Amino acid sequence: MSTSAISVERARPKGGARTFLSRLKSGDEIAFLVTLACAVSILLVTSLLVFELFQNSALSRHKFGWAFLFTKTWDPVAGNFGALPYIYGTLVTSGLALLIGVPLGVGAAIFLAELAPPRISDALTFLIELLAAVPSVIFGLLGIFVMIPILRSAEPGIRAVFGFTPFFQGPFYGQSLLAAGVVVSIMIIPFIVSISREVLLAVPQDQREAALALGATKWESTWDIVVPFAKKGILGSIFLSLARALGETMAVTMVVGNDPKINTSLFAPGYSIAAVIANEFSEATDDLHVSALIEMGLVLFALTIIINAVARIMILTTTQKGSS
Amino acid sequence: MLSMRRKIVNAVMLTLTGLFAFFAVSILFFVLGYLLWNGGTSLSWNFFTKLPTPVGETGGGMANAIVGSAKLLLLATCIGVPIGFLGGVYLSEFGGSAFSSLVRYTTDLLNGVPSIVMGIFAFTVIVLPQKHFSTLAGGLALGVMMIPISLRSTEDFLKAVPLALREGAMALGASKSRAIFTVVIPAAINGIITGTMLNVARVAGETAPLLFTSLGNRYWSHGLDQPTASLPVMIFDYARAPYDDWHKQAWAAAFVLLSLVLAINVFARIVLGKKAQAR
Amino acid sequence: MKRVIGFVLPLALLAVGASGETLINAAGATFPYPMYSKWFDEFHKKYPDVQINYQSIGSGGGIKQVTEGTVDFGAADVPMTPELMKTFTEKRKCNILHFPTVMGADVLSYNVPGVTQELNFTPEAIAGIFLGKITKWNDPALTQANPGVKLTGNPIVVIHRAEASGTTYIFVDFLSKISKEWETKVGRAASVQWPVGLGSKGNEGVAGQIKQTPYSIGYIELIYAVQNNMSYGKVKNPAGVFVKASLAGVSAAAAGAIKEIPDDFRVSITNAPGKDSYPISSFTWLLVPDKIADPTKKKAITELLKWVLSDGQNMTEVLSYARLPKAVVAKEQKAISKIQ
Repeated sequence: MSTSAISVERARPKGGARTFLSRLKSGDEIAFLVTLACAVSILLVTSLLVFELFQNSALSRHKFGWAFLFTKTWDPVAGNFGALPYIYGTLVTSGLALLIGVPLGVGAAIFLAELAPPRISDALTFLIELLAAVPSVIFGLLGIFVMIPILRSAEPGIRAVFGFTPFFQGPFYGQSLLAAGVVVSIMIIPFIVSISREVLLAVPQDQREAALALGATKWESTWDIVVPFAKKGILGSIFLSLARALGETMAVTMVVGNDPKINTSLFAPGYSIAAVIANEFSEATDDLHVSALIEMGLVLFALTIIINAVARIMILTTTQKGSS
Repeated sequence: MLSMRRKIVNAVMLTLTGLFAFFAVSILFFVLGYLLWNGGTSLSWNFFTKLPTPVGETGGGMANAIVGSAKLLLLATCIGVPIGFLGGVYLSEFGGSAFSSLVRYTTDLLNGVPSIVMGIFAFTVIVLPQKHFSTLAGGLALGVMMIPISLRSTEDFLKAVPLALREGAMALGASKSRAIFTVVIPAAINGIITGTMLNVARVAGETAPLLFTSLGNRYWSHGLDQPTASLPVMIFDYARAPYDDWHKQAWAAAFVLLSLVLAINVFARIVLGKKAQAR
Repeated sequence: MKRVIGFVLPLALLAVGASGETLINAAGATFPYPMYSKWFDEFHKKYPDVQINYQSIGSGGGIKQVTEGTVDFGAADVPMTPELMKTFTEKRKCNILHFPTVMGADVLSYNVPGVTQELNFTPEAIAGIFLGKITKWNDPALTQANPGVKLTGNPIVVIHRAEASGTTYIFVDFLSKISKEWETKVGRAASVQWPVGLGSKGNEGVAGQIKQTPYSIGYIELIYAVQNNMSYGKVKNPAGVFVKASLAGVSAAAAGAIKEIPDDFRVSITNAPGKDSYPISSFTWLLVPDKIADPTKKKAITELLKWVLSDGQNMTEVLSYARLPKAVVAKEQKAISKIQ
């Protein structure tokens, strides 16, 4: 059918062929231009976003300079703004989340990639990845009504074991850096599991077989050969989860206590960058206050960019290595 | 010969990591079960059909929040998916230069924007100049968040279409654009649609970008120019309040939202999985 | 066919109810939110064409959004400072008017397991707790004022507002009056640097937090404590009497102030004299621009103000808000004509 159509088209006199060709060309041109326009619009939107962030934080940046990142006070009355307590809270919450989530996540990923039968592995991975779809605000809801009461009853136990360290001192009110860290750890586990598992699966089979042939147990082959091979990728998954943890807003603000103070104890309440923006943005009356909040948004954005970039490099190098 | 110690270590680590995996899975079941128990029992006819009642009075519902969320998601999809989709088409079919790498990098950058910062962006760009909160602003914030995933999944699925299919189409005389739109895209359409569904499910639960864009509304919101209630924001507001009735409604809303999100995810993944196997 | 439906239905969804209703957007204080949500609901029943969408985001939010023009009027329990009023005039090219609507009280609500009685709080005790100097429930400052109540050595969990709040302003205004240390160390404003405590958003958030946290104490508007069956204590007033927050106590506090109420209605009635006065009382205001461009909105808002000052006043006591003194109402009714 089509062959005759072609021959008919090709057999047309020159004039007709030119109009037909030009129609063809314009079809291509249009498709090219339209899709190009969309690609360009993405560049424009992102540039606009960065520009708006810079522009609207100018007041604060000019007034405080780099000291903004190291100042402790957040005093809307006096017009003194410093991001340190929020940066601290963000880092501590994310750090704690990683501390809890990484062993659990990587351990689970190792099990799913190496030690479990394929059917079980697929089924369990499917379920764990569903956890990644649960919205943050629902984790916050569960955090308030389930996690914090659990932590309250667990507190004497935690204090008994870890109370000698500076991290578990002082009174515990429920809303705390600890609660925020635990909730966020649960939220990042699916990402660590999913990516680490893929990275582990990408390790060439001959590596495992060589180890087993030399008499290693399954665990030894996994821990001593496969995991080191996939180290970079696993590290990449950790960084990606860190980037996600840093930006967590709702779950954190509902359980962290919203107190902009720097405390070594995890029992104490804290604050994070995303949480303070969520709480104060719609009602910061003073232009400097708004500007300071936006500057913190900029700081958060910058942090996530850097960490995401590092993560992607790590994951790419491992999966490429694996497939070579 | 395997020593006892090595056998024990092997067994212990197998069990331990297995426990970790089962723990991770059990979290999901716990979340689902808890929401089913608290939310399912709080579901009522009122919840789906009534507007919120004055503070402290019972009997209110979230009808406007359900519709509001639907509107926001629809708007977001109309904004984010076409741009992401066509951008993905560009990268996959016309790309290959440094410009493409720039676009890809920028898209990754956009993907990494924390959702609260996206809310700030939509506020400064739409709410302030227009001088009011609106569904449009909320929809835009969510739509921009959808672009990166839409683009990446489109590009991936298009690239996965075998070269033979493209070459076959061109050999039959189709122009490049003809080939793309009548052959390549339809071949990848299932993947693209399921990718879009997952994208919508992800954005359905976003709360932070809505806090100062669509704000909230105790009534029905008309058109795009007014603030609107939405499920995630209602959950946030009601969860922190002291009223038990509001807590019940928050659980119900969480249950509805999660069911929706998980249903889309399960459906999309199973369909995707089947298609991948079929190919 | 399917495609047509698939296309038309969503568009219809977007256009849902493009009707002739007037939607008025307002935002602000959580202090009077239960009253306003009831009022606006009743007002809507009376005038079905008018919907007033009030978002309770805090007094700071109300001030900010009305200054930016993103809402048609705001609400706050803290009068705008001269600087803020100047900013408003610069941005909106007109002046902001304050209209008191009701009077309410900040109460000290607490959640102490085992204590069901009403606690007595001296001003010094309150300042001490919120300054972080009094840290346990069995501190002498509390036990001396409450003989016969068994108070244990549990740490006090202080709960305050996380955002700029008029409820906070009323409270710290009172604290600044009774504690020099508070005045110099922390000061009076809608948003302060709290020496101790957890932050929650809105009166709702603080009340919710107190309910969830054993051994906690916080300041919330009276109705939130009443509606949720939460314990709240008596506060010692300047006359030396321990008064429980009530309509009578708030009205007594206002009685002294109305003699010299300024024309712009911006006045504080905390720590008012009189043996029946409840010391942490306050007016709460609607912030309305004196120029409203849209004639339908202008009509709706002026009608609302008139209704609030007449029918609305009859609904306040059920929700434990005190009605405005007659002299204030009369003055306000005249002030409505200032809106152009």
